[in-house]
Amino acid sequence: MKYLQGKAGWAILLALALLFPLVAGNNYQLYVMSLAFIFAIATAGMNLITGYTGQLNLGHAGFMAIGAYTVGILTVTYEWPFWGAFAMSGVVAGIIGFFVGIVSLRLKEHFFAIFTLCVGFIIYLIIEKWDSVTGGTVGIIGIPGPAPIGPIEFNSAVSQYYLVVFFLVVSLWLMHRIVNSLLGRTFVAIRNSDDLAQALGINLMRNKTLSFVLSTIYAGVAGGLYAGYVRFLGPDLAGTHYTFDMITFLLVGGIGTLLGPVAGSLLVAWVTQYLQFLADYRMLVFGPLLVLLVIFFPHGIVGFYYKKRMEREMKKAAAAAQANRAQAVNKEAGNNA
Amino acid sequence: MELFFQLVLNGLTLGSVYGLVALGLTLVYGILHVPNFSHGALYMVGAYVAFFLMTDYGINYWVAILGAAAVVGVLGVLSERLVFHPLRDAPPIHDKIAAIGILLFLEAGVMAIWGADFRRMQTPYNEIVEIFGLTAPAQRLLIIVGAFVLVGALHLFLKKTILGSTIIAMAQNREGASLVGINATQVSMLTFFISGALAAVAAGLFAPINLVFPSMGHLVIMKAFVIIVLGGMGSIPGAIIGGLIIGFAESFAGFYISTHYKDLVAFLLLVVILSVRPEGLFTKGVR
Repeated sequence: MKYLQGKAGWAILLALALLFPLVAGNNYQLYVMSLAFIFAIATAGMNLITGYTGQLNLGHAGFMAIGAYTVGILTVTYEWPFWGAFAMSGVVAGIIGFFVGIVSLRLKEHFFAIFTLCVGFIIYLIIEKWDSVTGGTVGIIGIPGPAPIGPIEFNSAVSQYYLVVFFLVVSLWLMHRIVNSLLGRTFVAIRNSDDLAQALGINLMRNKTLSFVLSTIYAGVAGGLYAGYVRFLGPDLAGTHYTFDMITFLLVGGIGTLLGPVAGSLLVAWVTQYLQFLADYRMLVFGPLLVLLVIFFPHGIVGFYYKKRMEREMKKAAAAAQANRAQAVNKEAGNNA
Repeated sequence: MELFFQLVLNGLTLGSVYGLVALGLTLVYGILHVPNFSHGALYMVGAYVAFFLMTDYGINYWVAILGAAAVVGVLGVLSERLVFHPLRDAPPIHDKIAAIGILLFLEAGVMAIWGADFRRMQTPYNEIVEIFGLTAPAQRLLIIVGAFVLVGALHLFLKKTILGSTIIAMAQNREGASLVGINATQVSMLTFFISGALAAVAAGLFAPINLVFPSMGHLVIMKAFVIIVLGGMGSIPGAIIGGLIIGFAESFAGFYISTHYKDLVAFLLLVVILSVRPEGLFTKGVR
């Protein structure tokens, strides 16, 4: 188990992701995997605000749609090159996220959840109704794929898969840096207790807004990747069920853990593949699953692993302490004799 | 003048339906402090049960609505027993996520049983009523009268019966209510039953004007949330007044501004009001 920790563990996971195209039987499997990774990036953003900072954002899919539509509109209507539009996807989502954040983060707990639910719905309605810009219910078709960078082209399924893996690795590495910094600890302090954090001199509003903006940038970039990968967009992407999907990924994988979003979105994506016969009814399984997870297994897969590891270490520490004590007692007995 | 009357009638109809849904939501919030995201799914199930009781079994409109109220009420109680009760001490994010789980399950369940088609519910009241030279469809008047009767009955139940006042007592002070011997479990179940039944009746009354489909609850529940945030979470008069405000705002904005964007009105109202007053319109003190 020791090998799975630290840098070695990450290297193994990365190697598995890089080797996957060799194992994959067909392009469809690569497609499923790439989409799962794209959603893992968006879910990682949601994890920052919900898992680490403790604010349940129910409008997250809306920001992913903003990123996706930014790429869609800029490339198709204004004929921007893909990478320029892609860079804007995170920027636009972040800017809108900032303004939504400074209003919504004044609210706490339930009110924040309800407010962001409404924000998500407003985004959906605007995308659906504003035909002249967003294409309305028809959506946007014919979005160009990622343009070649130097000699590297992204025409084949495998190269697109590697592109997605690249962005996933970068975003996870950045997330790793964020959550292990003082800033990340500040977020966790806010999650654990608003009042306590404030008493420690943490500026709640500024930190919450920062966390929110970062999370929306993740969503926007994931949306931009999605637009370049799927090549067509509909207002559906902003729908609440995508946000609910991301919550499912978070809970299955482990909320408030770095790997949780990836583990969750991969597992759910593949389980969904095996539940194809259920099609639209897969929520008959995932709905109750969500409830059961929250009640009996609230830390998810990754959280469960950490918990076991911590228990093992505690046991080891306790055993060591006991041995020390026994030694001390023996020594004392020897001295007395 | 005629037109103005139509708009008022329209606003009253919408307001009545939203008010009933918001009332159930606010009651549950008062007791458990859970924003029940599955409430819209209960509303939707209510419409389906009423619809299929009428079409498959040929049951009378009113009996079908009562049947739907009973079924959805029991569903509400089940969700309290199986989900919200075990989570009563969990971190606040958990019960919200669990509520979303129930919502997803109920929607998928209805789609699996009855399919995703849009359906039109029949009503025995198709005639147009004429009062003082003004015309109005009977079903709309029925909604308004039905909602007001229900709210009146609920008010009497909460204020005049011991069983009803236990709900109020619990909402006011949980520990205090336990100290005077009120059974918290019983009150929670009762509240969830009433909340579900109200949603089902609202759906049954509104369905003949609207269509019946699996995602019909989405907009209604979100507007109900807007209403109880405006009116103060847990406040009963707040839910009714808030419902009427949103109903009128939508009706008038739909005519004077744009029907295209009328669904946005409620949410924009929420955004504007919460930006100016984060504590809601009718609440006192800090949140």
